[in-house]
Amino acid sequence: MHALLAHCRTALTVFLLLSVITGLAYPLVVTLAAQSLFASQTRGSLIHDRADDEGNVSGETVIGSSLIGQPFASPGHFWSRPSATAPMPYNGSASGGSNLGANNPQLLDAVRARIAALRAADPDNRAPVPVDLVTASASGLDPDISLAAAVYQSARVARARGIDITAVQTLIEQLAQRPWLGIVGEPRVNVVALNRALDAAR
Amino acid sequence: MTAPITLQMVLLLGGYLALVWGLAQPMGRWLAAVADGAPTRLRRVEAGLFRLCGIDATREQGWRGYALSLLLFNALGVVAVYALQRLQAVLPLNPQALPAVAPDSALNTAISFVTNTNWQGYAGESTMSHLTQMLGLGVQNFLSAATGIAVAFALMRAFARQGTGTLGSFPVDVVRITLYVLLPLSFVLALVFAGQGVIQNFSPDVSARLIEPWLQADGSTLTTQTLPMGPVASQEAIKMLGTNGGGFMNANSSHPFENPTPWSNLLQMVVIFLIPAGLCVAFGRMVGDRRQGHALLAAMTLLFVIAVLGIMAFEQSGNPKLAALGADTAASALQPGGNMEGKEARFGIAASALFAAITTAASCGAVNAMHASLTPLAGGIAMLLMQLGEVVFGGVGSGLYGMLLFAVLAVFIAALMTGRSPEYLGKKIEPAEMKRVSIALLVTPLLVLIGTAIAVSTDAGRAGLLNPGAAGLSEVLYAFSSAANNNGSAFAGLSANTPFYNTALGIAMALGRFAVIVPVLALAGALAARKRTPRETVVGNAAALPTHGPLFIVLLVLTVLLVGALTYLPALALGPVVEHINMIH
Repeated sequence: MHALLAHCRTALTVFLLLSVITGLAYPLVVTLAAQSLFASQTRGSLIHDRADDEGNVSGETVIGSSLIGQPFASPGHFWSRPSATAPMPYNGSASGGSNLGANNPQLLDAVRARIAALRAADPDNRAPVPVDLVTASASGLDPDISLAAAVYQSARVARARGIDITAVQTLIEQLAQRPWLGIVGEPRVNVVALNRALDAAR
Repeated sequence: MTAPITLQMVLLLGGYLALVWGLAQPMGRWLAAVADGAPTRLRRVEAGLFRLCGIDATREQGWRGYALSLLLFNALGVVAVYALQRLQAVLPLNPQALPAVAPDSALNTAISFVTNTNWQGYAGESTMSHLTQMLGLGVQNFLSAATGIAVAFALMRAFARQGTGTLGSFPVDVVRITLYVLLPLSFVLALVFAGQGVIQNFSPDVSARLIEPWLQADGSTLTTQTLPMGPVASQEAIKMLGTNGGGFMNANSSHPFENPTPWSNLLQMVVIFLIPAGLCVAFGRMVGDRRQGHALLAAMTLLFVIAVLGIMAFEQSGNPKLAALGADTAASALQPGGNMEGKEARFGIAASALFAAITTAASCGAVNAMHASLTPLAGGIAMLLMQLGEVVFGGVGSGLYGMLLFAVLAVFIAALMTGRSPEYLGKKIEPAEMKRVSIALLVTPLLVLIGTAIAVSTDAGRAGLLNPGAAGLSEVLYAFSSAANNNGSAFAGLSANTPFYNTALGIAMALGRFAVIVPVLALAGALAARKRTPRETVVGNAAALPTHGPLFIVLLVLTVLLVGALTYLPALALGPVVEHINMIH
């Protein structure tokens, strides 16, 4: 009995000590160090815009994060990947994927509808649709599309904006990210950055 | 159709394995040093801490004392994590004013994090306060990892020692592992992750004005996006290093705030295997024959490579039903192609498939792609990696002690075939040892198969299914495989946050952890007491199978596969295999 009590006392003191070290001191020290080294990144890589909807400069408004995607539906913007978050796409409070299996009729219906929507917005484009543009991402917040998905949309975007397609393709090329040595990473472009660049060029 | 295995995949896998094997050497040296007692310089620092806790660092425990200390310590963890969740509404560091977590979910989560499973029935960003994340879940990320490593230390000592009744001291081991291994590495990792863009703050959520207002289905217009905040980088580091896998966010390592770049992703993958691989090296050093550790590592690597290539090939081949609808699934210089449902564009197919294999081979359970949306056979391989008992690298500590159980079994089978008395590392394997090995190996298959059977034959179990047909069975089988083997990943279509699943999976996690640890410690106790057969006799015993050679490695791999296949093939055939046939027809 005495031995059991000693066991309990030791377990409790070790538990409390390590809890304070790993549960309080550790995250606090990491926060201090990380915020002094990487101020912007630790706070969410936020993008600020000085103008509000009416174009009035009114202090710093957060218009997103360079790491988090946003939904786009107008033909003059590049569309992001489908997002399965509920109740609305790109809901930052409820990240996640569709979790639909490969044979699920819901998945096949959704992909069919997405392909139809892309074709309706760009009837002349008969090319097969890059798969990432019609499948939901894992996080529901994917900031990127593949370069194939950007190229696929470039004619529609150029037409909607009344600009030359080469201007659109040049922007894609400027913002494109490619795998390091062909190994680490994928060919992709950040949709928020791409659409902001389009809007800025106007 | 493009080749299912791309050059990128081969190079990524090769580079990855080179990093893991390379880093395992210094990691193993350090782990062995910590297991042998702390370096002198650190002794002075720790002396004060031990005095504070009333621990006599020189006093060792037998296997029963070690097990009792471990169980008490982990029971405290369950109580603490449960209490923090139930009380978070009235505790500080809750900027979103989140309410208390429901009792069944809170208990499930407490067991989940204490057992190093990190199964999550809840969505982190909308359920747990910053304080609960740090002081509850974050602490258990460290302590459950330290517990697993401590058990591995005890078993390693049992092979290294002879004629002794003691295995070391659990409290001393836990303190040293936490302070000398987990904490410093996590600190460095957290800073690197933060540099890549993983957030680290105590702010409330940020509201951002959308660049393009979004017209919702109900006709209203959405103009803002909520960006979640919190101390993520610090937790991300130990989540990977301790093969915990519980995400701060619901989307886990696919969330851009947890895993923002291909480089953070590569680092996460390396870190998952770092300690499991390092422990194999440490084992070789402790038993005085480094080849023994490398043989275990080679067996793990062999099993791993087969699994990775399988997952990569099925994922790159993609879903023919999507291609039939008009989607372009061919890999090119402009896109990864393949099965992109539930994957992130920055990870593509190669890095998502590799991650899926790593996280299920190690009992990590973090995901950078949604496993429910893997092609059926890729999902089946991920499931099988868990069902093999989490011994392909496995969890920190649990991977090594799990693989050592199989090594003893392999030696025993070999001895039956050659008619010699079984012996591993100079220790005779007798009925006492084999009974303990058998119990430890049989616990998890029983939990998985019985649990799955109960779930699919009750209304409460079937109520949670998202996907119809064979995919539904896969969801349940995956859940119990994940829980009982302390992995924690999910086919997340399953609505598991119900009293039925919270209870059933909670039981599976607890028994899958501690009903294995106790027989492993009992095995260690028996082995430590045995004399080591003198080396000359071993060498002279020409017919004895050397346990560092290729023949033993193959035998070990086959033993693992045989036990796993015999146990799970019928269930896998009804789930993933049927699903695959449905997909290609």
